Amino acid sequence: MATLRDIKKRIKAVQNTQKITKAMKMVSASKLRKVQNRMLDLRPYADKMHDVLMSLARGADRESHPLLAFRPRKTVEVVVVTSDRGLCGAFNTNILKAAQRCINDYKKDGFEASISTVGKKARDYFKRRGIPMRKSWTGISGNVSFTNAQEIANDIKDNFINETIDEVVVVYNAFKSMVAQTVTVAKLLPLAPIEEGKESSAAESAMADFIYEPSMEAIFDRLIPRNVDIQIYRALLESSAAEEAARMSAMENATKSCSEMVGKLTLQFNKARQASITGELMDIVGGVEALKG
Amino acid sequence: MAEKLKLDIVTPHGHVFNDDVDEIVASGSEGEFGVLPEHVPFLTTLKIGMLTYKKGSETGIFFISSGYAEVGPDKVTILADSAEKSDHIDIERAKAAMKRAEERLKQAEKFDEARATAALERAITRIHVAEKK
Repeated sequence: MATLRDIKKRIKAVQNTQKITKAMKMVSASKLRKVQNRMLDLRPYADKMHDVLMSLARGADRESHPLLAFRPRKTVEVVVVTSDRGLCGAFNTNILKAAQRCINDYKKDGFEASISTVGKKARDYFKRRGIPMRKSWTGISGNVSFTNAQEIANDIKDNFINETIDEVVVVYNAFKSMVAQTVTVAKLLPLAPIEEGKESSAAESAMADFIYEPSMEAIFDRLIPRNVDIQIYRALLESSAAEEAARMSAMENATKSCSEMVGKLTLQFNKARQASITGELMDIVGGVEALKG
Repeated sequence: MAEKLKLDIVTPHGHVFNDDVDEIVASGSEGEFGVLPEHVPFLTTLKIGMLTYKKGSETGIFFISSGYAEVGPDKVTILADSAEKSDHIDIERAKAAMKRAEERLKQAEKFDEARATAALERAITRIHVAEKK
């Protein structure tokens, strides 16, 4: 049986851990608030931009812009967005699982999969398995900026235009609520005119004949690359918000488990104390009886 | 027939405006244009400028820095890099920005001229819009 001192030591240790998890939860909460606001502000813009492009792409000639080109798929680029730091529950595991499944599917269908990663966790995952990566970025998840997003987007655009890659999907955690993240696999390039299950825009397709000013090419030249930037930026922000939310709930759970543990250990401690007092009393009583004898 | 236009102004920093209006005038890259309900589908780039809408007897003025406008029969969507309502514009800041841009233009070899010109144009337009209200 553990001695009183051992139990006391363990209680102290658990309490220290609890202090840390509590602090981490608080830090995550404040970080989340910041990034969440930015993300919520960006969402309508990103959605609208996507909508505008969709209705455009429907009427447009596929040849009119290199980023619209539908080529026979040979190489599919999978961009995996994870965090740099751990301690956020199943956040990274979920993404990596989904990414792996996605890659396996492409391979099964006979396509070449090219992988690029954002965040240390994804990089380490593929490195450990000896899977080559085309490119990896780290140090972004903590401070997402539009410049970061542009850097990634430019690389992807260049490779798409060079025809090193023929299709781009982004795998990231979308922020759904404080307690839920959804793994999202979003197709970035080439722009698909009609998404499956998006029949609501049927009315819009009737009005696909736009008047363009100054010209269709001029608009495409600006709008399409910008859309890639924005969608990447959005994925990064969503992922960052989801990461903080995941960490928050993971830390909340850890704090709760610590409380439980402290309760259990205190009970054990009290029992042990009681037992030792009883034992001492018995000794004294026994001694007195012996003296009487 | 649609009687109102749904005007939606969004920027990367949030939703700025969303309401039904009667009439819109905006500055496209090829010049000012007006939109009434039942407009033909129309897509244009916007230059730094002003956007006015009329809703009944109410008029609103916005400062729009470059972006895009998608016009449909019953809706207008503005995707702007930034947009501010005329009474939300910080005139002091705009004036300071104007001065800074002017100074930079004077020593053009040290700074990016195109950027300074754009900054100057934004500042002047902002002040202009703010004084309109």
